[in-house]
Amino acid sequence: MTHYLDFEKPLAEIEGKAEELRAMARSNEEMDIEAEARALDKKAAGMLRDLYGKLTPWRKCQVARHPMRPHCRDYIDALFTEYTPLAGDRAFGEDDAVMGGLARFQDRAVVVIGHEKGHDTKSRLTHNFGMARPEGYRKAIRLMDMADRFGLPVITLVDTPGAYPGKGAEERGQSEAIARATEKCLQIGVPLLSVIIGEGGSGGAVAFATANRVAMLEHSVYSVISPEGCASILWKDAEKMREAAEALRLTAQDLHKLGVCDRVIPEPLGGAHRDTEATIAAVGEAITAMLGEMNEIEPKGYVAARRKKFLNIGSKGLAA
Amino acid sequence: MNWITNYVRPRINSIFSRREVPENLWTKCDECGTMLFHRELTDNLHVCANCGHHMQITPRARFKALFDSGIFTEVRVPEPVADPLHFRDQKKYPDRMRAAQKATGEHEAMLVAAGEVGRTPIVAAAQDFSFMGGSMGMYVGNAIIAAAEEAVRLGRPLVLFSAAGGARMQEGILSLMQMPRTTVAIQMLREAGLPYIVVLTHPTTGGVTASYAMLGDIQIAEPNSLICFAGPRVIEQTIREKLPEGFQRAEYLLEHGMLDRVTDRRHLREELVTILRMLMQQPPPVWGELPPPAEPVVASDTEESADTAQSDTQS
Repeated sequence: MTHYLDFEKPLAEIEGKAEELRAMARSNEEMDIEAEARALDKKAAGMLRDLYGKLTPWRKCQVARHPMRPHCRDYIDALFTEYTPLAGDRAFGEDDAVMGGLARFQDRAVVVIGHEKGHDTKSRLTHNFGMARPEGYRKAIRLMDMADRFGLPVITLVDTPGAYPGKGAEERGQSEAIARATEKCLQIGVPLLSVIIGEGGSGGAVAFATANRVAMLEHSVYSVISPEGCASILWKDAEKMREAAEALRLTAQDLHKLGVCDRVIPEPLGGAHRDTEATIAAVGEAITAMLGEMNEIEPKGYVAARRKKFLNIGSKGLAA
Repeated sequence: MNWITNYVRPRINSIFSRREVPENLWTKCDECGTMLFHRELTDNLHVCANCGHHMQITPRARFKALFDSGIFTEVRVPEPVADPLHFRDQKKYPDRMRAAQKATGEHEAMLVAAGEVGRTPIVAAAQDFSFMGGSMGMYVGNAIIAAAEEAVRLGRPLVLFSAAGGARMQEGILSLMQMPRTTVAIQMLREAGLPYIVVLTHPTTGGVTASYAMLGDIQIAEPNSLICFAGPRVIEQTIREKLPEGFQRAEYLLEHGMLDRVTDRRHLREELVTILRMLMQQPPPVWGELPPPAEPVVASDTEESADTAQSDTQS
């Protein structure tokens, strides 16, 4: 069952019609509808190309949040072997919004950490929609520390609406946990690579994405605030999210121009959710390439390179 | 247009307006409603003499009261690219900036200075909540980096007074990038073995709390300051229940182990000197009237930080 976004409504109608025709033909063998159905398919393909060829920033946000988009778990299952999840922050609890553990990426032992949003109501609740609590960040800190001690590269997969705004999360030091995770990212003497696979929501994303290389999927977004949040503060109207999304420059393409994103990974036509396998393969290739780039840095230079990269960000602005 | 409107009336007006009481002589405490005379309020560091409520204080006023004899040298901050995203909401970002500059008389939301406090040389940085909510953008990031570099250069501790609603949305992702950038600055201090003390003031929220404002060797807060990542309204909307009294206030954070101390602004100077001198392994402070510092500190050579932000690559 395909889940259509609001702007895909005309597409849904055409694809629905083609589906209906084929269903009718199945029940009535004398009908010859193949030519008509094929024409509809062709029309749908053209429309998909048009729609996704020029997605507005707000539509990209919608695609980035698409419920059928491949999530952290899917990437780990397909790209890594021997994944061994490790749990807990050793202080308070385990946070299912953050997955992480040891794994092999193309035979190389690594630590992989990511936000998991879940794929149905039950798992979404378990993973708290990918919104981490302090325990999640502290678990990530613990895993990064371990990676550092044993010389394992760290790969993070970012997909979060943001850190969880809850009472307990605040009481247990949400801001401190994020600050320390960002700090840890800047301290570890091993390669740190990050891929934004869906939503890069504010501080909750920075805590994992302060990396030597940051890649973004073509229709993923990364922003200081959600377009809805920005609209309600600056426009005093949450419905102005389209304008806010435009102004925030949160697309992978704009962030590449700003030097925040190092690499844009192309998505299949119609977005990652229309061809999960191809998307995951493309992300795998990007990780391979970025790991290769790390060979150019001398092993003692990962920290210095990372710091320099972030100190230089923003020195040019968009016009450059 | 005649002699009366052009000459007589302005003269009369000027005589009367001179006699009028200036509007800002008295301030009403927004906690207890007491009317406070401006000079007393300044002497009392903008703390209500009646109820002890801590009001906003500008970085300049704070530094005047903090540094010995009110003498300090401003540290130059490398100018970032103006309006990097060409951001516009209902107003253009440059227009909002100009309005904030006019209203505050300041250039941006952070002031960095070097000087002596109780004869203890320090570098201090203070965030200005009256300037666009103290929001953290490229400039604030550059200011913290400049402050850390100056502290390292002079071998002094850094004291930072935070006050901000969070990141500056008008700089989009570049404001978010100040979280890692300022964290690098704090790491410079760590590596140089220099203390970094954060004084959290009302309010300190959002991305500011989730970076440099929570990474101090010692975390002090002014009484009743709101300190949080997500604001109380956002949380109430999410969990749909009323939050406890005093939630996310300094005292609440102290109880939950997130702060070292909550200190009244009027005792802060003394406390900072005491702590800093111990951390710096200096002899105990000498209190009382001392002659003013002999020479103001020579302004730093900021060329060395040119690679962190280029002011000459304007779009």
